[in-house]
Amino acid sequence: MSHETSATSRASAVGQTLAIRQASPTGQARLVSEMSTPQVADLRGDLARIAQWVQPQTRVLDLGCGDGTLLAHLKRSKSVQGIGVEISDARVLSCVQRGVHVIQQNLEDGLAMFDDQQFDTVVLSQTLQSMHNTEHILREMTRVAREAIVSFPNFGYWPHGWSILLGRMPVTGQMPYDWHDTPNIHLCTLKDFERLSHKLGFSILERATFNDQREVKFLAGWRSTLAAYRFTADRSTPPRSRA
Amino acid sequence: MTTQFVSQDAHALKTPTEGEAGSVGVVHTQFLQFHEPLPLSSGQTINAYELAIETYGTLNAEASNAILVCHALNASHHVAGRAADNLEDIGWWDNLVGPGKPVDTNVFFVIGINNLGSCFGSTGPASLRLETGKPWGAAFPVLTVEDWVRAQARVADKLGIERFAAVMGGSLGGMQALSWAITLPERVAHCVVVASTPRLSAQNIAFNEVARRAIITDPEFHGGDYYAHNTVPRHGLSVARMVGHITYLSDDDMAEKFGRTQREPAAGGAFHYGYGVEFEVESYLRYQGEKFSRYFDANTYLLITRALDYFDPARATNGDLAKALAPATADFLLISFTTDWRFAPACSREMVQALLKNEQAVTYAEIDAPHGHDAFLLDDARYHGLLCAYFLRIAATLTEVISKPEVQP
Repeated sequence: MSHETSATSRASAVGQTLAIRQASPTGQARLVSEMSTPQVADLRGDLARIAQWVQPQTRVLDLGCGDGTLLAHLKRSKSVQGIGVEISDARVLSCVQRGVHVIQQNLEDGLAMFDDQQFDTVVLSQTLQSMHNTEHILREMTRVAREAIVSFPNFGYWPHGWSILLGRMPVTGQMPYDWHDTPNIHLCTLKDFERLSHKLGFSILERATFNDQREVKFLAGWRSTLAAYRFTADRSTPPRSRA
Repeated sequence: MTTQFVSQDAHALKTPTEGEAGSVGVVHTQFLQFHEPLPLSSGQTINAYELAIETYGTLNAEASNAILVCHALNASHHVAGRAADNLEDIGWWDNLVGPGKPVDTNVFFVIGINNLGSCFGSTGPASLRLETGKPWGAAFPVLTVEDWVRAQARVADKLGIERFAAVMGGSLGGMQALSWAITLPERVAHCVVVASTPRLSAQNIAFNEVARRAIITDPEFHGGDYYAHNTVPRHGLSVARMVGHITYLSDDDMAEKFGRTQREPAAGGAFHYGYGVEFEVESYLRYQGEKFSRYFDANTYLLITRALDYFDPARATNGDLAKALAPATADFLLISFTTDWRFAPACSREMVQALLKNEQAVTYAEIDAPHGHDAFLLDDARYHGLLCAYFLRIAATLTEVISKPEVQP
């Protein structure tokens, strides 16, 4: 996967934004060089990739949309008609402030509010691991949209194994919680997710793996901290044009 | 602090008044006369009528910053500020509408209209009928939400407002906002529907019917022509209000407010073993009922509860709410409250689902508030914060419209 190099004039301004968002200044430099197409520069690594996967002028449902960053970005840069689902009062408010349409709802209650194939793409970013009914939400995603995208922390990241060998549950940047105080109840590795996808009859269209915002491809199962997948329940479905 | 008044032929006249921070200050009711017959859903018409309105803020030159606030069962056009004829009378949505408040009157021109058939200044059953010189009484036609919307649209016409920046309301007011978005889609940019429903449930109708029977079976009702007998069915109206009031509060709210506390227990906290007021909740309901029966008209209560019963925009589309909502082009904000069992969150979700099905723009918030249906009238940081953010977005669209000619000369 090649990354577009950014215009240098933009890079400094972008770097300033990132300095606030990123803890590590070195990571910041990498980000600017690797993924700062002007539109996606201010997005978290997996969100930037997810944004690239979304087609312009389509309808997108973002499950657990947070403060609406991704949808606001997609609306601005790709004229995407988006809607988010979010449970937190504060994040719903942020969405409204950004002008992002949002439905306040607990994802665990399912997607009954949404019709079959109502969206082109449905996104579930860094939320799958904290959901009770993993299979159900994945099936529901493929029901409401033609294509689904999920991202989640990779439990197979090699320092996790090292930590377990030393007798402790891993606590790392992508999973910064102690075992007894974590929202992450369904952690998995890349292989685990791919097996479940197969079992549910999904076709994986694309995979992207990251380490500290940077994409990694070589030995991704061990080296990546975060994975994003684009998949569909039926590969034969032709893309829906909405332009 | 300024308060603006609307005359029938001018948009707005600025009249400075002394006021308090965040308040629109002292407000005067304006009366608008209409002489063109108004066709009604029932097939009848009202030939001439008067509507009482209040306005706050200033209508801009493009007439693009107008907000219509629709009222619920027992409220009126007095949305904000202090009434000029009774300074203690503060508008029913004063916590929401005013300078610097979520619906900011420094930005928006806000209109409250007392609905036709009501009893706070607009023509209603207690008004004198032009043709007879006597009160309408039982002859006053039954009205629907759609009739109100038609009448409100004529107010907008008179004020030179082609399109509202937003039409908003809670409960029955939310139904009117919804009806505006469906029946006059080109005139509504944003539609704010709070604690409302696309139709009453059998249980809702049942409560209304109990209220109506209490009024109609009061010996002082006289078939609705009690004005001629110089009396009012006060007891019936009072009971009607008591029944209604129960549905506005949540079980938890009542438990917390009153519990099983006795009003004036006998010695040693004993019961009186009688049918007078024994518990606090009884005292409260009786007080609310009696207070209400002193200022509200019984025929209006019948009329408005019936309008609630009849509201069902999906009736015209064989129960398909999405189809009923399809004409709407507004951006929707729906808000419900978790403890509202009168118009429960499920009612709002049904509307959201229909709008989503139609790919219409909608935002939905479910506020976890303890106060039942009444929550829409109360100050809640999450609720008001959300409305504030939404109206700031609306305000931003006004600036875009206004600044366009400057950007593209």
